[in-house]
Amino acid sequence: MIAADHLTKRYGGHVAVDDVSFVCEPGTVTGFLGPNGAGKSTTMRMLCGLTVPSGGSATVLGAPYASLPDPGRRVGVLLDASAQHAGRTGQEVLAVSAQVMGVKRERVDALLGAVGLDRRAAKKRVGAYSLGMRQRLGIAHALLGDPEVLILDEPANGLDPEGIKWMRGLLRDFADRGGTVLLSSHLLGEVEAVADDLIVIGGGQIVAQGRLKELLAASGVLVRATDQAALEDALALAGLPVEQAGGGGLLVDAPAEQVGRVALEARVVLTELRAADGAGLEQLFFSLTGGDAA
Amino acid sequence: MTATAPTSTAQHGAAAGAGARPPLHRLALVELRKMTDTRAGFWLLVTTFLIAGAGLTLMASFAPPDERTLAGFFRAALDITGLIAPVLGILVVTSEWSQRTALTTFALVPRRGRVVGAKALAVVSFAVVLALVCLQLAVVAALLSPGDDAWDLSLGAFATGVLLQTLGVTGGFAIGLALLRSAPAIVFAYVLPIAFAILGEAIPGFRDTADWLDTTAPAEALWDDTGDGTAWAQLLTSWTLWLGVPLAIGLARVRRAEVA
Repeated sequence: MIAADHLTKRYGGHVAVDDVSFVCEPGTVTGFLGPNGAGKSTTMRMLCGLTVPSGGSATVLGAPYASLPDPGRRVGVLLDASAQHAGRTGQEVLAVSAQVMGVKRERVDALLGAVGLDRRAAKKRVGAYSLGMRQRLGIAHALLGDPEVLILDEPANGLDPEGIKWMRGLLRDFADRGGTVLLSSHLLGEVEAVADDLIVIGGGQIVAQGRLKELLAASGVLVRATDQAALEDALALAGLPVEQAGGGGLLVDAPAEQVGRVALEARVVLTELRAADGAGLEQLFFSLTGGDAA
Repeated sequence: MTATAPTSTAQHGAAAGAGARPPLHRLALVELRKMTDTRAGFWLLVTTFLIAGAGLTLMASFAPPDERTLAGFFRAALDITGLIAPVLGILVVTSEWSQRTALTTFALVPRRGRVVGAKALAVVSFAVVLALVCLQLAVVAALLSPGDDAWDLSLGAFATGVLLQTLGVTGGFAIGLALLRSAPAIVFAYVLPIAFAILGEAIPGFRDTADWLDTTAPAEALWDDTGDGTAWAQLLTSWTLWLGVPLAIGLARVRRAEVA
């Protein structure tokens, strides 16, 4: 269980994280989605006691992270896979942390094998690792203490498609056995595939949060017409909330039947009318990244 | 790549021993390990011993018989290793920031004061062990090339040697902690005492004060056995300054620092 309560972080006049509150429940995977620079990493560092919040507080497993006596055995953390000593071997990185936590040496070898770092890779120095190998080492490191909670910042970065699929399975299994997972990403598709809950952050503020299924369902219908402008006018006249969707369609927060009737009365020919299926979420996300929907 | 998840099949956190705070001595052992398990740390140590070995070989071959004593070899070994050893003390702290391993270190041990304490303990232990290795090198040199009165080494001189070595390495550690950056810390640690001594020589009015702030002169006096109570007092005041101030600054910085 992870709880953030009105977390805020200011750097001078810049507000990096602005009044962020959420709860991650045991047995679930929570996706933490936002473009680069949205405040994901700062929020995660505050959860782990590495950055002192300007306001608000956070608890992990019911207590502030810093007050956990042996946090490595309760919370697996991967904040930056590249933040390892370049001159230390992968095996040694795990062995050092295993010694801190009092974890048996055999677990280091078992985890290296499990994340796909073979004997040769394990004896290489981290400086010679690819980003994908560093991520694998970081995931092994997070799992080292057999924790109940995982906090992972962009763990899929640099992983190949096979590795991403493997990681999804691993996180799903971890949550299904009662664990709590918070993972961040700047790609909607990445969290969509594995998350139960979703938190969307942009410019330091949470812009959407809830069950992934509900967020995807609650985005109305997508509609296209031969005369897009006429349809838009008619919908506006009927008082329905309309947004531009990707590919020239319109996103309407109303049932399909109501949109169909408006089109009929306005004598506009529809070419498409369907449930948006996350198009709204995608639209929201694109608006955060500042780019237009492609 | 295996398809199965690598976590244990048992429920989370069920492993024996979970929940207890890692004891300080274990953290100190980890810090000692981290000093030597990187490429840089390993080769710095090897180089230190190679240079010390070479220095003692030269001394054993060419020094006059009255200098080829256990005390003479011991002091030479300490002087040589003492030139490089403070760098290891500096890197114990600064590499955590330059290599960004502080992220992992403080995630595993969030009470940062304990990490600093463990590092201090590791640095002191390292210095003492280093002094003992120097003694062994000196014994070998004295065996191979005994001069007059070859086995002369008073307990006082031995203790002084261990103490000065420890102060030197700990001084590096303190400056590393205050600055948190390798390059400035190394420059600071080596240049400042020299600048200080020169300043003491150059400015007449400053000299009396400098005697109490200079770490090298009282150490010389103590080595040469000409040191009296004043030399000890001067050693105490100067090291209180050179250790105390950077340690206090460093501890405050590390506690508050944003780790990213």
